[in-house]
This record gives sequence, structure tokens and C-alpha cells, in this order.
Amino acid sequence: MSAETDPQTSTVGTDTDETPILRAEAVEVAFSSGVGPGGGRGTARAVDGVDLDVAAGEIVALVGESGCGKTTLARTLLGLERPTGGRVLFEGAPLSHRSRDLRDYRRRVQLVQQDPMGSLNPRRTVYESVVEGLRIHEGTTVDEYERVARALSRAGLRPPERFLSRYPHELSGGQRQRVVIAGALILDPEVLVADEPVASLDASVRGEILRLMLELRENLGLSALVATHDLGLAWNIADRVAVMYLGRVVEVGTVEEVLSAPEHPYTRALLSVLPDSGVEEGPVVLGGEPPDPKRVPTGCRFHPRCPVLASGEAARAGVADMCTSVDPEVLAGGPGHRTACHWAARVGGPESPRTVEGPMSS
Amino acid sequence: MSGLLDVRDLNVTYTSGAGDVPAVRGVDLSLEPGDTLGVAGESGSGKSTVALALLRLLPAGTRVTGRILLEGEDVLTMKWGRLRAVRWVGASVVFQGAMHSLNPVRRIGDQIAEPLLVHGTVPAKRVEERVAELLEQVGLPASRAQDHPHRLSGGQRQRVMIAMALACEPRLIIADEATTALDVMIQAQILALLERLVEENGIGMLMISHDLSVLSATCKRVAVMYAGRIVEEGPAHQVVHDPAHPYASALSAAFPKIGDPASRLAPRGLPGDPPDPADPPSGCAFRPRCAMVETVCATVDPPLWPVRPDAVGHSERRAACVHVGSGRDGIEGASTPGETSTEETSR
Repeated sequence: MSAETDPQTSTVGTDTDETPILRAEAVEVAFSSGVGPGGGRGTARAVDGVDLDVAAGEIVALVGESGCGKTTLARTLLGLERPTGGRVLFEGAPLSHRSRDLRDYRRRVQLVQQDPMGSLNPRRTVYESVVEGLRIHEGTTVDEYERVARALSRAGLRPPERFLSRYPHELSGGQRQRVVIAGALILDPEVLVADEPVASLDASVRGEILRLMLELRENLGLSALVATHDLGLAWNIADRVAVMYLGRVVEVGTVEEVLSAPEHPYTRALLSVLPDSGVEEGPVVLGGEPPDPKRVPTGCRFHPRCPVLASGEAARAGVADMCTSVDPEVLAGGPGHRTACHWAARVGGPESPRTVEGPMSS
Repeated sequence: MSGLLDVRDLNVTYTSGAGDVPAVRGVDLSLEPGDTLGVAGESGSGKSTVALALLRLLPAGTRVTGRILLEGEDVLTMKWGRLRAVRWVGASVVFQGAMHSLNPVRRIGDQIAEPLLVHGTVPAKRVEERVAELLEQVGLPASRAQDHPHRLSGGQRQRVMIAMALACEPRLIIADEATTALDVMIQAQILALLERLVEENGIGMLMISHDLSVLSATCKRVAVMYAGRIVEEGPAHQVVHDPAHPYASALSAAFPKIGDPASRLAPRGLPGDPPDPADPPSGCAFRPRCAMVETVCATVDPPLWPVRPDAVGHSERRAACVHVGSGRDGIEGASTPGETSTEETSR
């Protein structure tokens, strides 16, 4: 496992037995652009080489802070953004960006929007909002009413007749989010891609919506990719989690592996700052602001903020030079716990807790 | 009645053509200097209305009764001039998304200087120095004073708002969802900053949030609101980790604890919706969603009772539920259901 492996070749031979239903392969999305908060011009490498698999019936959480590229990656997986490098595969076949193919793709892979108040048309009834996707794809069908009712019922709006003629303002936040989900379910998709599906909801409602997502997986065999900043959401519903930082996945594995035994210093910091986290070493508050995708640091992209490098622990492990000069290889996106960190690779991650405690508590 | 803030029987009713909407119903709060009190609740619970009422920021025509003593002075009966002086100097507020209220065409430094100049807190020639000091206090380099807001990230702008709130050295800071919508790392930075300011300057902080985990980590005491009332109040750790009221308990369970097998692949919410404030249910407002509901709940809206009181009936914690401690005895002994419902309708 050389650290300089070309991202294009590193995905060959991932350890999956079955073809994942959805796969990102060395995906890169770059935006050329105007002036950002830092005032810099140039190309923003929003997604900078990401491999990620979603297996059939699997829920994968893509977590990270704003600006890490998770929304761009989710949009790319939906075919809404065209990768500038790498490709997206659905059931093993590369996604074609011809508009007819995309249309067909989008009925099988559905987007669940973030903000239900913003994504529902306030002047449309629940029926009109939910039926929209069906009409776009199939025109007016004879069983339209039944299919809308069934989608509402699957989204937990029961009995559906009670909701059909209501307007968004007559619904609670949780009910609106259910309408958005019903709109995604009407075409019987195989994969849901959800971007912060519960971010704007109250905690008690959030739990109900997350439970619905688990039910949909259980009853309909749906797969899902959920982009979120909320690690608790991943713990609540996901099978696997990928942590994104500045356009790259820096740690991937099962939820238990990544959230209970995190290896990457960034993942560890993220977990440690959760209020009430109970992390014994205390919070590791990273200084500074989230970095700028227009100016990705050389070497490990996390090195300017890395507490392990700053504390000298990386130097003691003999990897400090690599941290500042060698970009860790792109992680394979299939099953297995992987970390893009020279230090974690050297000290063997959380199995050697003594070497870990020092830097993390400082 | 000393103390920094003492709120007694606060009632706020929004009036509109469609009728009166009670948003806050009989809330009591008190806060000492150097103390932190968290108010938790979901949308429509009345928590932000409480924040607005404290500095009389509610829309005209809103009916506010009760007493709000800020350092012994009643905010509700203050003259306008006095109220203007109290805002910023006595107490200041940081709202959610406050960073969006920065003027985009004025430099950061000038905006922080404004409350200083208006209130004459420091002599004009010292203003620049004070602005630099404030920026450093919130972890921003003094040179940022020269920048316009668009040069700053969201977290930095929210810190500028905190610097403004601190400008006149208020004795009380009201933080209403001040870190909501910020990234966890920025949230952690800002919470650590607020905690440090409370500790170093001995100011009081009233922190209002939907996020129970934030309150439990930051505040000494927490009050949980539901449908305009406080339903449980006490030491933060107890209220969050060992709640007595069924609503507080459901709210606490809705925040997953990473690493806790009980919440793994088992999200917990609360079925149903909060009551329509214009048409609340009889008795306990939580009754329609409560798993422990009994017949008596339809007629009794219980006051806050001590939870597991000691021999002399004292407890650090109180909850408004007939299932709590002396709640049932109290109701059966002290008042009949009839009386309680009269009291409720007379609001």
C-alpha cells in the first residue's frame, strides 16, 4: 500500500463480493469560480478523489462539516453534478450523462431534499406535490390516485385521504418532511440520496423520520446515502459511515468501527467536541476555520489543523515529514475500516491507546 | 429578591384577528451572576418568546403580564429611555443567525463600536482600543476590525455578534440558539468562549436552545418547556440524564448517545404534534402524546412539584406531572381538579 498510489488505480480490486448498487469511483468535482470568504480565486476542488460504495439494502452516512464536499458528492451520485474526474456506477454500469439516460436513472435513485419548507411548493396540495415525479416520468396514469395514496401511507401519513388536499402550511414540520419522502417514494426507487433529511426538524420529530427511513429499508429493501453533519444520525440509522474532510473521505468503516474506535485525528476531534460526548480526554477543539477547497494543503490535507502533528506525536512516530509532503492514498469505498492517516497507519490506530492519549488530551 | 434575573409568573399572549394565542403561561426563572441557565424546548414551546419578553422585544399589541426583575428593576414597567439603557448594558441578546444582521457595507470594527458610542461606555478616543480588545476576547485578530462582513466565515461573524453583545459589559447575556446551524467544531469554539466569558466576568447567561445536549454540557441548570410552560427544571445533569417528566424524558431519548447500544439503529422520537396554542387540550398539555397518561390528566394541569423531595420536602428539581413525587398527593390533598381547571381557564 504505497502512499503515492494514483487515485485512478487504487480502486482496482476492492474487497466487495457483490457489485454495489451505487458506487463512486475516484470521483472529482472541481468548480472554477469567483471570490470566496477568504477572497481567493481559482478552482475549488469540492470533491477531490472519492471512492464510496452503497450496497443493496445498505444505509451509508456521509458525514462532515459544511464545505467538506458531502453535498456535492451526493449531487454527483444523483447525476445532478457532472464529475470532472472519475465516474459514478449504478449496478456496475457507468452513469451516462445523456439526458434520457439520466431521466431513467433518476427514477431509480431519488433525492430527498433538505428543507421541506423550501422544497415544497406552498401553493400546491400534498397530492400535487407527491404526484409531480410520477407525471414527469409516466404522464397521467390510471392508478395515479392509488399510487399517491400508497406513497403517503408508506411515508407514514395515514390515512392518506386526510392529507391529500392539504397545503404545506397546514402541516407540521415532520408531516412536511414525510410529504417530501412520499414524493421520492412514488416512483418506487431503489436508492434514496438524502441531504440533511432531519436538520431542520425538532428532536422528537427527527427520531420519527429516522425511524421511517429504517422502516423503508426493512419493508422495501431501499438503500440510502445520507449526507449529514450529524454523527448521532449515523449512529441511529447507518450501517457504514464515511467521514469527509476537504473533498476526501478520510475514514470509512462500519458505524461501530468509526464512531466507537475512530482512528483519524479528524474523526476523533469531531467526536470529542460533541456536547455531552463523555470523551474522557476532553474536547479537542480544532483551531481556525474550515479550510478552503481552493487551497488544498500539500501532503495530508488535514495537517495544518492536525492535533497529532501539532503535539509532536506524529514526529515521535517518525511520520511528520510524510504528513506535510505525502498525500495519503484514496481510500477504497467498500467494506472494511480504513483511515487516510500516516500516523494512524504507523501506530496502528486505537489498538495502542497509550500513544493516543497523549496528543488527544493536549 | 436579589439576584440578577428574577422572572415571576410570566405570561405572554399574542393577539391577532383570529383570537388570542397564549405562548408563555406562567413561567418562573431566576439567575444569579456567574450562573448559567438553559431553557430547552421544541418549536412552539415558547422558549424564544421568553427571550424576547425579557428585553421587551415582542411585537406591539402582545400582552405580557407577570414580573421581570433585572437586577431588581422591573423591565415590564420601565420607561423607554431606561429600557434603551438597559439593553446592551444590563442585558444583551445573541440570536440564531445573528450574523446575518451585520451590515454588509460597514466595517466590522465600526459596527462593534456603535453600541459603545451610543451608550458612551468608553470615551471616544478609547473606542478603537476597546474594539480590538473585544475582537481578541472572542478569538479574532484585532486586524479584523478593518474587514467587511463578507470577508468572514459564518462562525467568525457569529463571534463578531458575541463581541458586540459583550461590548457594553452587560451583566446578563441571553443566547437564543446562538450556535444553532453552525458546524460542530465552530459550535464547540463558541460554547467554550461563552463558558469562559461567564466564568471570567461573572456575568449570567440564559441559554435558549432546542439542543438538550448543548445545554447539558454548558449550563448548570436546565428548564424544559412544553406548550408555553416549564414542565421540568433542575440541575442540568439530572434533568437531561434522569428526567422525571415524561416529555423531558422523551426529549432526552431523542438525542442519541454515540456508543450507547440502546440507541444504535434505534432512533427514538415522539409521535404526534405539539398542541395548537390557540386551542390547547384540557388538563395537562402533554396529555395527547404522553405514554403515561391517566384519567386525572384530562382535568389537572399540575404545577411544578419537587422531585423525590427529602424529609423536609425540599428538592433541587421540580417537575409538572401527576406521576412525579408528591404531585398526586398534592393535587388530591391541596386542591380539587375543579379548582385547578378554573385556574387554567382564567389565564
